Amino acid sequence: MAVLQTQKIHICALKKNRKQILEELQRTGRVQIEPGGQEDEIFRHMDTASACSAFEKRAQNAEAALKVLETYAPEKQSPLAFLEGKKIISRREYENGTLEREQVLKDISAVLSCQKDIGEAKAARVRAEAALESLVPWMSLDIPMNSKGTKKTAVFIGSLPGRWTVEQLMPALAGARPDLDVCSLEILGADRDQTCLFAVTSRDRADILEDALRVNGFVRPQVNCGTVPAEYAKTLEQQKEEAVQAEREAAEKIRSLAGEREKIRFAADYYRMRTEKYRVLGNLLQSGHVFFIEGFVPVDQGEKIRERLESRYPCQVELEKVPENEEAPVLLRNNSFAEPTESVVEAFGLPQKGEIDPTAIMAFFYYFLFGLMLSDAGYGILMVIVCAVAVKKFPNMDAGLKKMLRMFFYCGISTIFWGVMFGGYFGDVIPVVAETFFHKEVVVPALWFAPLDDPMKLLMFSFLFGIIHLFVGLGAKGYMLARDRDWMGFFSGVACWYALLIGLILLLLPSDMFASMAGVTIVLPAWVGTLAKWMSIVSAVCIVLFSETGTKNIAARLALGAYDLYGVSGWLSDVLSYSRLLALGLATGVIGTVINTMGSMLGGSVIGFILFWVIFVVGHLLNMAINLLGAYVHTNRLQFVEFFGKFYEGGGRPFRPFSAASNKYFKFKEEE
Amino acid sequence: MDNVGLILALAGAVSAALFAGIGSAYGVGLAGRAGAGAITENPDLFSKVLILQLLPGTQGIYGLLVAFVTLSQIGLLGGGASEITPGQGLMYLLACLPIAVVGLISAIYQGQTSVAAIGVVTKKPDQFGKAMLFPAMVETYAILALLISILAVFSL
Repeated sequence: MAVLQTQKIHICALKKNRKQILEELQRTGRVQIEPGGQEDEIFRHMDTASACSAFEKRAQNAEAALKVLETYAPEKQSPLAFLEGKKIISRREYENGTLEREQVLKDISAVLSCQKDIGEAKAARVRAEAALESLVPWMSLDIPMNSKGTKKTAVFIGSLPGRWTVEQLMPALAGARPDLDVCSLEILGADRDQTCLFAVTSRDRADILEDALRVNGFVRPQVNCGTVPAEYAKTLEQQKEEAVQAEREAAEKIRSLAGEREKIRFAADYYRMRTEKYRVLGNLLQSGHVFFIEGFVPVDQGEKIRERLESRYPCQVELEKVPENEEAPVLLRNNSFAEPTESVVEAFGLPQKGEIDPTAIMAFFYYFLFGLMLSDAGYGILMVIVCAVAVKKFPNMDAGLKKMLRMFFYCGISTIFWGVMFGGYFGDVIPVVAETFFHKEVVVPALWFAPLDDPMKLLMFSFLFGIIHLFVGLGAKGYMLARDRDWMGFFSGVACWYALLIGLILLLLPSDMFASMAGVTIVLPAWVGTLAKWMSIVSAVCIVLFSETGTKNIAARLALGAYDLYGVSGWLSDVLSYSRLLALGLATGVIGTVINTMGSMLGGSVIGFILFWVIFVVGHLLNMAINLLGAYVHTNRLQFVEFFGKFYEGGGRPFRPFSAASNKYFKFKEEE
Repeated sequence: MDNVGLILALAGAVSAALFAGIGSAYGVGLAGRAGAGAITENPDLFSKVLILQLLPGTQGIYGLLVAFVTLSQIGLLGGGASEITPGQGLMYLLACLPIAVVGLISAIYQGQTSVAAIGVVTKKPDQFGKAMLFPAMVETYAILALLISILAVFSL
């Protein structure tokens, strides 16, 4: 239970072993490599930026190819596939995989070029279809579309806006050019928007006809081809056919490569790893023949790595304690009960230098408070079953997800506990079902008491749990101060506060105010009251006098001390904040009751029975989801704000070993 | 108008569900629009963004809770409303006010804070734990209001 200590590791080895050593470190993933120091005449950094981006590009291509494969040959996946996690491969499998990489690169580019072909074929097909469409009105023309006429005649092929007949058009043309005498017109096709026509006249009157047509809005056709429209249409049909064929063939080819999917996935990760390796390589100091690695390694791994490397390669590995002036990266290590809540601590911030890892003390309270807020045995059982089955069935699951499910597993157990204590099983489903369908009165007794019957009692207990939680937090602060032998800080920052708060609570307990709130009168012996009074006064004075001993100026010191004493109001609001335990607990129970009441409204008939279970399932799933979210958020809040506020700041640097962790598809089997 | 007491109590129950519900609808809607934008950038953030969007939704549930407790206290749920004097009715109305008013306003502010938190998660997905805390801070006051409403309704 604590922060796993790290030590510094220095490796000096020959350049010819560089590849093997780096790959070994990456595969085992236990060393965090730091950027090497200053360059000099002998030791230099290598510029790996271009290699990095080349490998990155390959990884991206592999991903793009996988996406294309998914479009044309979708893989059947169960909806729970995301739980499966990365595939585990051995070192040998990895090495065999790398041997095929040239072939896989070819496959990847084949997939990508097929996709490009498909795009082009689609465009060609659309073009051909559009051309066919615009050719329709011209189909009855039996000369090439771009004919200009013969030696003696001039031909005009084109369209006029609007619908025309020959009888309407002749006068219109004559109106535009009265000198137009001989010409022949043929309407090829007409619709509301345009009239396609063919006009012929003798060569010497061509200008006149053209002018007359132009005045009426004549335009030449957009389809311009040297052949008869019917023939051109045939060509277009053929082009379209070819495009469709090309598209089909390319898709077929992509499908034929679907079997290479696994290899392409391997390649994607392989190039991801190489990108990472070259990024690290760029940080290392290298001379003509040797290179240096500097980094951090967990203490329990250092010796193993040294033995491994020194036995296999000519190299020198040195381990040393992390120097005082350097901040070691932080890695948490806890027992299996506390470990799942590590992610909660990580979300807040890892312990700084000198801070303890709060996971172990936090874990119990986390489960405890979570269960108290959800407090329904039915929901708890569901959580436990779902989490246990998922973790059991998918052993390779992503580590973060697994931690989360295990955390909810423990939270579920706590939820069952509190559900039994408060008598909540899917709200009040048992009495409701008994009364609606069996007309019997069943009472499900709460082991402790039902919060709805006595909310004030639960409120008081919420405050009590809060005070215990906060006192443990203060104790953790005391532990850290005592460990660092800061006795003054321990006295004024922890001991005096315990005395002050306990004194104040003892003063409050016998008061009328407490009696009227809790409905219980507590009588304490008179000497306890006196002791509590003096304890509070003395400790308050001590806090004012001693909490800012670092400040030289007496007036400023007392003013700051008084301000620290004002922190007692913070304690009040912190404790009041635990009232959310009651509020959220009631919310789950009452909404569960509402759902059951709604379900039972249709009575005990068969339809009523069916509808009851429909409403039950939908309603309780919804209630559970909302209240799970609420319990999760507010447990985090109580830990982060109230509990951590007492002793913990966070802000440590996480331990990020050089590894294959950024891989999407595979990870390495643990090696001894 | 011989059941003024009942009308006043009902007005209390209804306003708890009404105003807290309006606030939550507004807050969740606001955060949802921001969330939809965030998803177009990075679909992997869906579950995180969804949690942030749902945070302002709890006020509506607290309102429902108080409304339900009030309805059952004045006997409207079991059929056959109990006799309630105008004075008692007014007390129920007043008891419902904290969650009605604070629920409405805090849900709106919480929605705006959720939008900001979604912004954080879009840029730094690993800071979700901290981002979630800001909207949760706003919710504290809704919880306190709920507590007072519930305790008051129960003790009437």
